[in-house]
Order: sequence, then C-alpha cells, then structure tokens
Amino acid sequence: MSAATAVSDVGRVEVRDHADVQRQIKLVVVYAVVALAVLAFLLTTSDPTIWYTLDERLNRKENPPVEANGLFVLWPALAVSVVALALAALNRVPRDWRGMVLHLLVGVAFFAGFLVWVYADQERAGSIVMTNPLPGTVRLATPLIFGALAGVMCERAGVINIAIEGQFLMGAFFASVASSLAFNAEMGLLGGVLAGLAMAALLGVFAMRYLVNQVVLGVVLIALATALTSFLLSQIPNDPEIKAYLNEPLILPRIEIPVLSDIPLLGNTLFNQTLLVYLMYASVALVSWLLFQTKWGLRVRSVGEHPKAADTVGIKVNRVRWQAVLLGGVFAGLGGAYFTVGSTGSFDNGASAGNGFIALAAVIMGRWHPFFASMAALFFGFMWTLQSQLSFLDKIPGELLRASPYLATVIAVAGFVGQVRPPAADGEPYVKS
Amino acid sequence: MSPEQSAPEKTGTDPKPDPEVHADLRSPVSWLPTVVETLAAIVVALVIGAVLVVLSDQEAIEALPYLFSYPADFFSASWDAISSSYTALVKGSVGSLDRLGTTLERSAPLICAGLGVSLAFRAGLFNIGATGQMVFGFLAAGYIGFTWDLPPVIHMLVALVAGVTAGALWGGLVGLLKARTGAHEVITTIMFNYLAASVLLFALSKDAFQRPGSDNTQSPPVADSATFGSVFDIHLGVLLAFAAAAAVWWLLERSTLGFELRAVGANPDASRTAGMNVARVYTVAMLLSGALAGLGATMQVLGDQASLSPTLAGTIGFDAITVALLGRATPLGTVLAGLLFGALSVGGVAMQASAGTPKELAQVLSALIVLFVAAPALVRGLTRLKTSGSGSTVLAKGWGG
Repeated sequence: MSAATAVSDVGRVEVRDHADVQRQIKLVVVYAVVALAVLAFLLTTSDPTIWYTLDERLNRKENPPVEANGLFVLWPALAVSVVALALAALNRVPRDWRGMVLHLLVGVAFFAGFLVWVYADQERAGSIVMTNPLPGTVRLATPLIFGALAGVMCERAGVINIAIEGQFLMGAFFASVASSLAFNAEMGLLGGVLAGLAMAALLGVFAMRYLVNQVVLGVVLIALATALTSFLLSQIPNDPEIKAYLNEPLILPRIEIPVLSDIPLLGNTLFNQTLLVYLMYASVALVSWLLFQTKWGLRVRSVGEHPKAADTVGIKVNRVRWQAVLLGGVFAGLGGAYFTVGSTGSFDNGASAGNGFIALAAVIMGRWHPFFASMAALFFGFMWTLQSQLSFLDKIPGELLRASPYLATVIAVAGFVGQVRPPAADGEPYVKS
Repeated sequence: MSPEQSAPEKTGTDPKPDPEVHADLRSPVSWLPTVVETLAAIVVALVIGAVLVVLSDQEAIEALPYLFSYPADFFSASWDAISSSYTALVKGSVGSLDRLGTTLERSAPLICAGLGVSLAFRAGLFNIGATGQMVFGFLAAGYIGFTWDLPPVIHMLVALVAGVTAGALWGGLVGLLKARTGAHEVITTIMFNYLAASVLLFALSKDAFQRPGSDNTQSPPVADSATFGSVFDIHLGVLLAFAAAAAVWWLLERSTLGFELRAVGANPDASRTAGMNVARVYTVAMLLSGALAGLGATMQVLGDQASLSPTLAGTIGFDAITVALLGRATPLGTVLAGLLFGALSVGGVAMQASAGTPKELAQVLSALIVLFVAAPALVRGLTRLKTSGSGSTVLAKGWGG
C-alpha cells in the first residue's frame, strides 16, 4: 500500500501520496471512457438482434446460427462499467486479485458491447454471423506466449533476449525442414527446438563468454537469423522432388481432447487445438512453477537480481544463466515451429512477421512474469483475430482496427505500466573477480 | 521542461571524460585498435562467407565425396567459386563509376537512418523505430512532392523540410512519452512502427495518395521539380547524407546539447544531479533521431523518385541499427558502415547475377561482420591479434529507465 497514514491531534488522518491519487484518476478516466463507449453502443443500436455461433467457422447446415437479443449483453455491460466507475470514483477498487477481476470484467464488458454493436443493425437480417473469436485468439497467441516465456526465462536470469524474432525464424525454418525430412509433423517440433537451442547457445556464448553488449547482440542475432534463413531457403532447389523433402512439412493435426472439448464455449477454444497449443499450456505452468516454486527458480531469479550475492552463497552464476537461456531457447524454438508446422506449412522469408518483437513487448508489459506476459500475448492474439473477423464489416475502418492493438499497447505502457522494473542485473554479464 | 535552463551552469560538473569517447583522432594509438579489430572482423566474416559459397556451389559439392582421392578437384572448384563470387561482389559494388554511384545512392538512406540510431544510442536510447519514422518522412515528403505545384528548388526544399519534420515529430513523440511517463522506448518504437505501417496503408488506400486512375496501393513518384537533381546520375541527396554526418559530429562533440546527450547516455542519474534536464534531453534526442530517419526517407522519395508503397521502407530501418552498431555509434563510423552495407547490398545482386551465388550471402556477411565487431574478444582469439580492447560508444545498457 502506498497510501501513507499520519497521526494528527484530531485523530488518524489519511494522507495519500501522489501515485495513489494518480492511480485513482487513471482508473476513473478509463472506466468512464468504457462506460461512455458502452452507452454509445447502446444508444446507437436500433435493431439489437444478432446471430452467433460458438464454432470458429460458420457451418449453416450442421450448426445453424443462433439468434439473440443484443440488449441482454449491452445492459449488463453498461451496469458492470458503471459499477466499476462508481467504485473507482470512491477509491474502492481493491489492489489485490479482486481488482484484477474487476479490470478483466470491465474489459470483457467493453468488448462484448463492442461486438454486439458491430454485428447489430444488419441490412439483411442474419446475413452476417458472429463466430467465436476465442479459438483463433489462443492459436495466434501461441507463438507469442512461447516467445514471451523465452524472454522471461532469459531475462529473469539476467540475460537480455531481444533476439526472440531470430530464434523464431530459425525455429520455423528447421521445424519445416525436420518435418519434411521425417514426413512427420511432430519431428518438426524437435527440429524447431534444436534450432531454438542453437540460437540460445549463440546468445549464451556471446553474452556470457565474450561479454558482448546484449542489446547489440540481440539485434545482430536477428539480422543473422534473417539472413541465414533466407540464404538457406535460396539453397533449396525449386525441383519439386527435392523440395518435398526439405520445405513441404506436414502440419500438426488438431487433437480433440475427449471430455474437456465438450465444455460449452471454452471446450472448443482450449481443447480442440494442436499439440503445440497443449505444449504451450504446459510450458506456462512449467515456467511459473519452476521460477516461483523451486530451488532452481530461486537461483535463476537471484542471479538475475544480484549475481554477486548469489555467487557469495555458492551459486554458479553463469551455469544457472546458461541453463535458463537454453531452456528459453527450447520455448522460442517451439514458438518458431508454430509458423511452419503449427499453421501454414512451408517456410517463407520472414515467416515470423515481427511476432518476436510483439513477444518482447509482451514480456515487458507482463513485467517479466510468465502469467502476465501470457495475458499480454493473449490480448494481441484476440485483437488480431477480431481484426480478421471484422475485416468484412464496414462499420469501422479496417486500418483503425489494425492499428488498435498497437495503439492500446502504447496507451497501456505510457499510462499504466510506466516505468517498469526489470530484473536488477538484466543485461550485465557476470565476471567472477 | 524549460529549454533555457541548460547552457552555462554545468561546466563545473564535467563527469570524468571517457577516454574512448574523447579519443583524440590525431593519434593513431586511439583509433588504430578499433580499425584493426574491425578489419579483422571483416576478414573472419569473409572466411565464413567463403565456406558458405563453397557449400552453395554445385561443382564443389560434387567434388566433395572424392575429396581424399582427388583433393585438387575440390579445392580448385572451391577456389573458383570463392574468387568469382567475391570478385563479382567487389566489381558489382565499386567496380565502375556507375556501380559506385548506385552504391552511394543505396548507402545514403542507410547512413542517415544509421546516424539517427547512433545519436539515440549516445543518449542511452535504443531507437528500433527508424522504420516508422521513415514512413512518416515518406508520407510528408511524398505528398508535397506529388500534389503541390511549386518552382523547382523551392519545391524540393519544402518537401525535404516536410519529410524531416514528420520523421522528427514521430520520433519525438517516443522521447516525450519516455520523458513524461517512463514508457520504455523499445516497446513504444516497435508499436509506433506498426502504427506507422497502418497509417501508410490507410493513406495509400485514399485517392490523394494513389496514382490517378489506379486503385493499387502505390503512389505516383514525386514531380521532377521536387527531386534533388543529379550529377553523373548520382542524386545530390548523397551529399546531404555526408553533411548530416558532419552536423551530427559537430553536435555530439562540440555543442552543449551534444555534451548533455552523451552525459545522459553515460549516466542519467548523475546528469540529473548535475542539473541537466534529462526529460528534455530524451525528447530532443529522439526528435533529432527521427529527423535523421526522415532525412533518410527523403533520399528514397526525392532522390530515387521511388513511389510510396507499403514495402518502400523495407529493412532499412532495421539495417540502420546494425549500421549504427558497426559504426560504434560515431558519425564517421556510421558513414563507413553505411557505405559498406550499401556496397554489400548492391554487390550482392551483382554476385547473384554473374557468379550465381545467392544475394542473401551479402546479408549473411553483413550480419557476421557486426557480430564479430561486437565481440572483439572472439576476433582477438581467432586471429591472435594483440590489441588492447577498444571500448564501444554504444550505450544501450538494458531496460533500466
């Protein structure tokens, strides 16, 4: 609690510091904007009937779209945002997990209201059907989450990893090659992991053995990976017979988990995905557990915060850092594999399309915490899915929709995250004196 | 943020000058190690590149299985491949006046954007956003270039100023956000790149930016009155790039503002204690960095008369970072690095055409060169050079504020 209290002769007087007041103002402003937006959605909707399906793709024959009255969404959304606004105005927004739930509820209220508004008032009733954006969200967020985990692992141990994009590219390329050679999609994952490990090893050697400035190193590794993958790709002959062995991978099939996938809404979202997505769930849990529940995690965090102190109590600083960097490389390689065997198949130049940079942003927005970084990644995935789903509705310009996740990130970072606190020894090589 | 409070008060608080930063250019002792190490890095990169050339050469690969019975076959095939590739690379980039001109024109935007990144590095800022800043330079310079109707030289000057200003404002916004809210410039510049790309797409979808009668996302080239004009087929914007390098040198080494930039880059806390306005320095540094990227954008739009398209910025904004790193964030180094990268890029195409070696090899070479320049210890180990380590003036220390 940053609100300090002081005792005066009248009794206990609460003295609030600047940051506390700022927090209240920001919350009030954001919640007011959300409440006003939802109110505007409500007022500008004349025919609130919407059609939706819980499937990711519309299939009118098997699963006819369901008709619903959007007012049943808009009014509760307005109620939630107004209640939140009132709580913020009275400075009663809790700072613990209940506060997080409240933020999340307001966010859900906003997007639900927005979706109803976008899909309402159709010219031909029932011509456009809202599909479930959540499976796409999870899928698009998968590489971002893997990348963010790689960043979190490295940076918690005190090694800056800007090169996530480079690890993605190498992972994607070698996943494609491995899968094509083995005629097996799962082997592609192995290829991706090995490539990610190799890039991580390069990062480790230059950062820890040759003490290269790690920000510089990250940029150089991205350039190297971009160049190497396009060089290697140009080496694959266009002869279809040879190409089939090198860059025509099998794509990971979807696996439906028996009972869980029947849960309404979430089952289809979470449990009807590829192996890579299930690995992603496991990885988030694994990293959270490793970092915060195990002795090894404590060591990783201690070499990232204060390597000298860690060394004094007998922790081998660079050995722990190596382990963390290599583990990060495994995740980054899996994230890279998404771009070939996990989604589209063949590798193409710049396959990861800047996802590594977004993952880097997710690391910082998530304050170097695996769970919050994953949440930030999910946000990007959601916005991308929404953008592709809404692209054929002309209610809002596509460019605005395309820019919105980045704009939201800038606002979030400038307005709320502000001066983040990275691990104290992030980017400082440790040389035992 | 009062801009006036800077100048005279802080002469007494001069932090201990860093011997590398203040290296006396006249004595070879100070710059020789850097030069030797950089050359060694280039040699090591070329050697690795040669291995890749051999591996991509059909004849050499075919001679490999009987390497031990007929070693001469393999080595002569390899030697042919290596020598023809590297000869083509050199000939294609600096072999004739014509090629030299192309190299200079290719280098000019790299040098400008690289100078911007260098300047930000010296202030301790890592500007990944040169791409976005260039996009705004494209939009402003291009729009004025192909819609306004002005007399020749004035038209060019107006478009130039507009391009530089637009880049500066887009970059300055990053500095302002960092100064006011502490938002880390790496995140904001990445996001601003995407935002700029969206703005560019939006603009190119409007009639004002499209070729008349066409619906493609491509603009017309700027009017002839807005171009830089050229001598021997080299546009004069190239001179501007060198002038910009001289200006940046003067700014960093001779002006009060430059001193503040370097001081803040070396230690923002100490600078604040010494009475400098760190927030203002961040904003100004990003403003100037963006202006230089905008200048780089005008090289393409007003110099090469390139039309605006979603891919016009290409990888220049990112290559600018590697150029700045290779140039160790000094103006002279950035110019040389920009020339080298421009030559590699132009020569790479020629190499593919005449020797059949893929042009991507040039990209690999440039990445390797920077990697080895960044790791002097490795190059010293590989080449048994005995130079005392030369420091880097790149001051990107990490995430800390």
